[in-house]
Amino acid sequence: MSWALVFEQSLNGLQYGVMLFLMAAGLTLVFGIMNLVNLAHGSLYMVGAYLAVAATQWTGSYLAGVTLGLLGTLLVGMLVEVVALRTLYERDHLDQVLATFGLILFFNELVAILWGRASLYTTLPSWLQGHIELFSGTRYPLYRLAVIGVGLAVAALLWYLVTRTRLGMLIRAGASNRTMVGALGVNIRLLYTVVFGFGAALAGLAGLMAGPIYSVQPGMGELILIQVFVVIVIGGIGSIRGALVGALIVGVVDTLGRAFLKPLLGYLISPPAAESAGPALASMLIYLLMAVVLALRPAGLFPARG
Amino acid sequence: MRRALVFWGIVVVALLLLPPLAVKLGQAYYIDLVRRIMILAIAAASLNLILGYGGLVSFGHAAYLGVGAYAVGILGFYGIASGWAHLAAAISASALVAAAIGAVSIRTSGIYFIMITLAFTQMLYYLGISLAEFGGDDGMRLKAKSDFGALVDLQDPVQFYYLALGVMLAFVILIHRIVNSRFGLALRAAKSNEARSRAIGFSPYPVRLAAFVIAGAMGGVAGALYANHTNYITPGLMSWHQSGELMFMVILGGMATSAGPVLGTFALLVLEEILKSWTQYWQVVLGPLLVLSVIFFKRGLAGLFGKPDD
Repeated sequence: MSWALVFEQSLNGLQYGVMLFLMAAGLTLVFGIMNLVNLAHGSLYMVGAYLAVAATQWTGSYLAGVTLGLLGTLLVGMLVEVVALRTLYERDHLDQVLATFGLILFFNELVAILWGRASLYTTLPSWLQGHIELFSGTRYPLYRLAVIGVGLAVAALLWYLVTRTRLGMLIRAGASNRTMVGALGVNIRLLYTVVFGFGAALAGLAGLMAGPIYSVQPGMGELILIQVFVVIVIGGIGSIRGALVGALIVGVVDTLGRAFLKPLLGYLISPPAAESAGPALASMLIYLLMAVVLALRPAGLFPARG
Repeated sequence: MRRALVFWGIVVVALLLLPPLAVKLGQAYYIDLVRRIMILAIAAASLNLILGYGGLVSFGHAAYLGVGAYAVGILGFYGIASGWAHLAAAISASALVAAAIGAVSIRTSGIYFIMITLAFTQMLYYLGISLAEFGGDDGMRLKAKSDFGALVDLQDPVQFYYLALGVMLAFVILIHRIVNSRFGLALRAAKSNEARSRAIGFSPYPVRLAAFVIAGAMGGVAGALYANHTNYITPGLMSWHQSGELMFMVILGGMATSAGPVLGTFALLVLEEILKSWTQYWQVVLGPLLVLSVIFFKRGLAGLFGKPDD
């Protein structure tokens, strides 16, 4: 195991963590402000990936496809909020979980009807293909670096939006006391729809960036959704800072665990035993991490104030 | 009370008469279908103990179904066919897993509890996938059904059917007795007001954990029966779709009622069968129906038969 390999896998972990962050940010915003648990957030990730693939094929241009995919997910998110989720804000979490579970079944099947059950593969434009030499002997795929860059840029933008703009002020006010915000004359319904659509667009962005790396298929959002739950539990529900830190921890731990746990275990126990225990332990690693964090800090690493 | 007895009388008679009728009409398929429904109703009833009566919204009850099934499958894999050994392994393994998951997750509440139970079940799901020895992703075939000697022969579909019916009724009665015992009252008190139940002198944590373990063990029994029913054990049994379906069975039927989980399981699975016979894309219809049922159908099917039995 060379240091170059460790470095490369760490970058992969960072790239996965950035995607987890895009998902977690939307989910935690929606939870913090509307007090809504949205399991269908993974479906919006899937919708983003499919819309981008379809729009790229239709327009023939990658950039146009990505833009249309983002706008499309934004609209789908707002539509879902207006049609189904609006009535659920006052309900308890159990009802929200069940109703959004129903939405997942609907979206998975709808996608299967429109595009089939087989996975779609996407091609990148030539300017995103290829590798880049980081330092001597270490080459890294350009596209994954681009994903890291976009993710970090979005994180910075989100920070600016929430802490420095009027919309962000409304979002923070809505999170701490929604009745008061409504009483001050803010259209709280519209604010909710906008925030939900915004969260959906973030999920769509994660999905359409995931397309060329993983496969685009019905149900693709479910694996990442549950890992996003782990991120949010570790980071603290409702906290964007917690979502960022949690996402990067989970992304790096999961990726490094899958890459190196088996060879490392091979030194400790016999290689054949490591052969079967390694992957099993690697797939459980982030959940064990979650259990440890909960045992030490039940409200997560960065509990949201108020 | 009278109403409940009449209801259960009708249900039991109908279920007792089903196999001879199905054989007579040449529709043996229904024996299989209803047996599957009854086995899952056991799991739903056990979930109702913690979800309905205890207020613990566990989004991971499929874990115990899976652990019970794998306990049977793994013992069978090593050539142990005794049904009693299978049952003991299924119960103890699922109770142990429930104790571990419960010990961590019951410390939290609300949305954390939902996400954590879901995450731990997903962990077991991936563990099942990575166990290449026991079939991994593809699952494993059950070598031989649980052998209960002369008592009951699971090879015989009708005998197995009556076993599932008996276990289901026994568990419904057992859960009814548990929730009306001193322990059950403590569990329900903790659900309705945690601060007051502390004030009258008991801590909710051990009560909830005990209920969680009991429900897990019952789920394990359902899993052991399910493995015998399908003859095939896959990690899919522990998937979160299965957990979600179990929750829907309880909610559709009516939380915190004896009849609820049974009614809900029948309603959901029969509806699925009907939709499946219409179209391969049945979930595109089921999903919105479930959303509508959550929004408009608050009390569940048991609500049609009177008040919840409290």
